[in-house]
Amino acid sequence: MAETILEAQHLVKHYPIRGGVLRTVVGHVRALEDVSFDLKAGETLGVVGESGCGKSTLGRMLMRLEEPTAGSLIYGGEDLYTLGTREMRRRRRDIQIVFQDPYTSLNPRKTVADLIGEPFDVHPDVVPKAGRKARVQELMELVGLSPDHINRYPHQFSGGQRQRIGIARGIALNPKILICDEPVSALDVSVQAQVVNVMESLQRELGLAYVFIAHDLSVVRHISDRVAVMYLGKIVEMGTEAEIYERPTHPYTQALLSAVPVPDPTARGTREEIKLEGDVPSPANPPSGCRFHTRCWKAQEICSSEEPPLIARPDLAGEHPSACHFAETMAASAR
Amino acid sequence: MTSAPDVVLERTDRPDTGRLLEVRDLHVDFKGRDGVAHAINGVDLHLDRGETLAILGESGSGKSVTAQAIMGILDMPPAVIPQGEILFEGRDLLRMKAAERRKIRGPEISMIFQDALSSLNPVFPVGWQIAEMFRQHRGMNRSDAKTEAVRLMDLVNIPAAKQRVNAYPHQFSGGMRQRIMIAMAVALDPKVLIADEPTTALDVTVQAQVMELLKELQEQFQMGLILITHDLGVVADVADRINVMYGGSIMESADVLDLYGHPGHPYTQGLLDSIPRLDMKGQELFAIKGLPPSLTNMPEGCPFAPRCIHVQDKCRTVFPPLVELGPRHHSACHFAKELVRG
Repeated sequence: MAETILEAQHLVKHYPIRGGVLRTVVGHVRALEDVSFDLKAGETLGVVGESGCGKSTLGRMLMRLEEPTAGSLIYGGEDLYTLGTREMRRRRRDIQIVFQDPYTSLNPRKTVADLIGEPFDVHPDVVPKAGRKARVQELMELVGLSPDHINRYPHQFSGGQRQRIGIARGIALNPKILICDEPVSALDVSVQAQVVNVMESLQRELGLAYVFIAHDLSVVRHISDRVAVMYLGKIVEMGTEAEIYERPTHPYTQALLSAVPVPDPTARGTREEIKLEGDVPSPANPPSGCRFHTRCWKAQEICSSEEPPLIARPDLAGEHPSACHFAETMAASAR
Repeated sequence: MTSAPDVVLERTDRPDTGRLLEVRDLHVDFKGRDGVAHAINGVDLHLDRGETLAILGESGSGKSVTAQAIMGILDMPPAVIPQGEILFEGRDLLRMKAAERRKIRGPEISMIFQDALSSLNPVFPVGWQIAEMFRQHRGMNRSDAKTEAVRLMDLVNIPAAKQRVNAYPHQFSGGMRQRIMIAMAVALDPKVLIADEPTTALDVTVQAQVMELLKELQEQFQMGLILITHDLGVVADVADRINVMYGGSIMESADVLDLYGHPGHPYTQGLLDSIPRLDMKGQELFAIKGLPPSLTNMPEGCPFAPRCIHVQDKCRTVFPPLVELGPRHHSACHFAKELVRG
């Protein structure tokens, strides 16, 4: 197994809610609650969950774009959250991010040369000034853009091409880890496949580790080695792609997988669908005990009083981490 | 297809084909500073009672413009409809007076939009907005209309409808707002319901709930449903028939099983192949090369030709006619017969 390069330990992020005339803190949005995992060199960790589950907050925390409420993030033997601004900036060279929306994440008044070359302004020692243009063109070629378009502006590109610009920016500093926050969600189906292919070939060539955050379960399955499923600020289940998709033991994972429409009309009516009731509860006021118990069709008394820890629990073939009291019986009922 | 009884045709301008809705050779152009954009180039489609027709396409394919033209909510100008007919129960909507059309828009043909939050008025209670349908079109008084609003909120499974009838849109979640939109759309018992990407903005677990609700209501009221989407999964789940659009034209039209089982157009085939599949894990995904065409600068001949892997010289000059592959299966490809998958 490859070595661990990034380790998240008990990450917590609460956003204060202010109210009243004095704008005092009246509550907290508990965006992330005790999230721990490790990332291995060169692997892809998929993070899935519905809106509001904290997956984007997690992505930003991994780059320290958000300060943690608690927890630590170990990279290269040190806790990134204890570093000063200058040291953090140096470390950030190794951890980069690609944002979801290629329309708003690129400055419309800058050319591609400026956009992709911007990381070199912050880290001038990476590429000497004279070699910048060549490096930008090299990056453009790497992500499948024509190097001749170096002086164009973002509006002259399509969505898929813009996302390639975002990716080129992300890999400009030769990072070891690339965090991708919904990189293909805003793209058309036919273009999604192009961008996913670019990302996979970059990973092979550069040995990048990806944290791939998305709500599209089939894309995550395609690209990920391991997958973490999040619900209301917590990881509820984690495992290899096969463990999550073939032997899920958490009812939320099972419901999520069964809700995904299958592009095969012959499967209509034959597959068993689990229909969840209601919506995701507010993260400002999460349910007691297991956070999923309000929507779970298997909930028992213990679920509302006692929070199940994320520990290795048996599935049918082995075991993997799941946060359900009844993981074992769920595993059996899944098939 | 199932047909509802007791449907009376009020007036007929032309020979009735018995179809609920029929679009013939529809063209829509947008006039802008950069020239004319041909958003739709000769679309033909039809819809029967109780049937679900999916219009599948990517952004810029013309699927939403088709829906807006049928609904009669295109902004004209800049849009113009130089040619075409939209027959609703045999009557041409495009040749109706505005007042006459208004009697159809809502009571007979209604529509659900993608973004429920921006489709609802934030400063009026949701119940008031649903009740407006009854006040405007049925001339009901306020209290009767409100009773109807509560009934509809119940119908779309909004919990505690009676208590929440006076709540404002921001007090509802995304899934609940979409239910309210559906309640408004089915309020007057329309014969045609157009759903434009109704679940795109929703999470998967909520999407499943909303699609099921739509299916239930359709069966209950025997509506013809036009589902506009880019999601091949949703389509496989609910559609009876599918029209695949690209660059403003229908590329392929088929029953759902035929389209997925025997796709007869390279574009459809490419779309189906680009879905990540289990047995393809670790391999490169099939990707359709290139970009969708610009509407102001359509390629001559087949709009898909620049991206097609089977392209021949003929494709670049001659717009392909619809080739019949089966009784209800047509493909706009010169080589459909050779390329159709068995």
